[in-house]
This record gives sequence, structure tokens and C-alpha cells, in this order.
Amino acid sequence: MTRSTVAQAIADIPDPEVPVVTIEDLGILRHLEVDEAAHRVSVTITPTYSGCPAMAAIEAHIVHAAATQGYACTVDTRLSPAWTTDWMSERGRQRLLEFGIAPPGQRAGVTDGPVTLTLQRRLVACPQCGSTETEELARFGSTACKALRRCLACREPFDEFKAL
Amino acid sequence: MAQASVDANPVAAQYIQGIADDALVYAQRLGEWISRGPQIEEDMALANIGLDLLGQARALLTRVGQLDGTGRSEDDLAYFRDERQFRNVHLVEQERGDYAFEMARLLVFSSYQCELYAALRVSSDPVLAGVAEKALKEVHYHRDHATQWVLRLGDGTEESHGRMQQGLDDVAPFVAELFEDDAASVAAAREGAGVLPSSLHDAYVDRVSAVIRQATLDLPEQPRWRSRGGRDGFHSRPMGYLLAEMQHIARSHPGATW
Repeated sequence: MTRSTVAQAIADIPDPEVPVVTIEDLGILRHLEVDEAAHRVSVTITPTYSGCPAMAAIEAHIVHAAATQGYACTVDTRLSPAWTTDWMSERGRQRLLEFGIAPPGQRAGVTDGPVTLTLQRRLVACPQCGSTETEELARFGSTACKALRRCLACREPFDEFKAL
Repeated sequence: MAQASVDANPVAAQYIQGIADDALVYAQRLGEWISRGPQIEEDMALANIGLDLLGQARALLTRVGQLDGTGRSEDDLAYFRDERQFRNVHLVEQERGDYAFEMARLLVFSSYQCELYAALRVSSDPVLAGVAEKALKEVHYHRDHATQWVLRLGDGTEESHGRMQQGLDDVAPFVAELFEDDAASVAAAREGAGVLPSSLHDAYVDRVSAVIRQATLDLPEQPRWRSRGGRDGFHSRPMGYLLAEMQHIARSHPGATW
């Protein structure tokens, strides 16, 4: 199925914080419907984190992209089902890596079980040199969705997209 | 954003407002740590945690404005209510102490929120259930962060151990209020929108006690006094100052946007 120009324009909107990936690659774009007869687009998006400050910008970009093609647009923001890094496309992961951000790994999952106090050792490869000899510097990085790590082989610091 | 009209439900509105106010007021307090953390990474961590809480508060306050029949926006509710109209517990409004106090407070509050949001995933209010599902992932991460600091400080030096113990002891009088079955919670639990706070208590205690023990700390003794009244709008001295700081720009320049 080929997409209309307006649908493609919306899907290709870059994420304001990580502009190498599109909102579709990230899984933020949940639904997109074009009514050609009425020249209307309705879009559903979901935030990565509840307080993600980029949502207002993303919504404005969508409305602008639709208007540029001559379409009116309604944007609905949904919290449920909750966003997960599993929705990120393979292309999105590849682009993050090329940009120097380690893509999200396996999700730890929310456990209701007994206390887990272990600092699990996850293997996160350095996006610069590929070494898995890396360590976490900070669990909270430059945006809500990233943590900060450094590579012990090439000594470069890098962002990691947190698995959620 | 345009919202479809929603049937008024004062019971759910009252209940959700308590949860929203807890998140909003604690977000404001956590924001004070920016430039004051023990490491720059902790400035970032607490700002991020505060941002998650602010996001939860925004979605929930928007819902309150729909359900209480007044049509007020999230901003109306955050900036133009007075102290007596806030339903948050006293724990979140207390002034910033040292980092050990903050980690004790964060451990208590995030552990409470983990149990709360887990239970609210099946709320009869679809918006509250959606926020709970989303926020649960976030508050697990907050709890994990607090846990690691409590372990590090408790099982650290003599100085850090003593201050972590003091932090837990100082927070203890504010814990009971979180698990008290206030009238709004009882009413909301009856109709399926909410849960009884008392039903969350056992799982909370198991979790927090395990962390405290592993950190080589002592469970605080039964405090000689306890906070009460937050859910009815009665607040402690720091609340007025907090609101003045949070609200003064919006009130000085009504309708201003940027």
C-alpha cells in the first residue's frame, strides 16, 4: 500500500530531541488516518514518558506538516497502551546507533516479586567502537528516555536509550 | 486540546485530585534540587523524576477538571487554587533536607506510588487506569534509584549511615497519612474508580523494610506524632511558601503564555 504524501510527511517528522529518528521510528505515532474527501487527517500519538516536554512540539509539527499539504488535522494524545521501546523500528535502532546513542536493550520488565536489589550487569555495546566494556555513569541522562554511560575501551561517554 | 464532554463524577474527581496534588507538589519540591544535588548527575536524576511526576499530575488534573463539572484546565487547578483546596499529603510538601532525607522521602513515596498505580491499572475510570499503567513503569525506576542511594548511604561510612538513619526517622511521622482511608478514597473505592489506601500498606512495608534491612539500617520506631489532614486541605507551614513560589508568576500575569 502506498502512502499519501501527507501521511508520509507526518510519519517522517523527526523527533525534536533525537532528530535522526522519526516519530514513526520511535513508535510515538500510533495511528494516522487520512480522509481524502474532506481533506482531514486524524493522528494519535503517545508520549515516551508522562512528562515528555517534546509532546507539544511534536503535535505542532504534525499540524504544520498537514497544513502545508492543505489538510486540517486533529491530534489525539493517548497514554494507554503505554509506550514501550519494543515499538521502536529496526531502522530507528540502526539510526540511533549511527548517531552515537546505544539503542534500547532487553526490557527488565515490571516485577511484582520480591525485592531485587542487584545491579544487574547488562551488556551495552559502545556505539563508537563496539566494545561491550562499558559502564553506567548516571541512570538519568539528558532527556527522560536516556541514561549516560562510558566506554572503558575507547573512553568515550555516550547516551543509552533506556529500555522501557 | 479539544475534549469530548464527560459526565461529571465528583467522587472520582475528588479522589483523583489527591493523587494529582501529591505528584504536583512533590514535582515542585524535587525541582529545587537542580543545582543543589551532591553530584551533577543527581541534579539530572531528581529533575527527571520531578518531570515524570509533573507529567502524571498534568494528565490527572486535566481529568479532574472534566470530572468535577467545572471545566477547569490543568493550569487553572495548579495555579489558581489556594492552600485549603489542595489535597496532597504532608510528606510531599515538607522542606528539602539533606540528600539522605530526600532519598528516604523518595523511597517512601515511590514505593507507595508503585503499589497505588499497580492497583489502579484496573480503575473504572479509563483515564486514571491509563495514567496508572504508564506511570507504573516510571515510578519503578524512581524507587530503584532511591533504593540504590539508601543502600549506598546506609551501608557506607559512619557519617552517611547516621544521616541515612536520621532521614528515615525524620520521614517516619509522615508515612501513616499515605495509607489512611480518607472519605474520598472510601467513596471512590466503593464505585471502582479508586483503591483503599490501607490495602496498599502491607506490600509497601514488605518492600521498604527489606531495603532498610539490607542497608544495615534500623526500621524507624513508631513515631510519637504523625501528620494528618492533607487530604482535607489542612497543610503544614511549608505549603504556603511552596505555593507562593509555584503560583506567583501565573497569578501576577494571568493568561500569560510563552
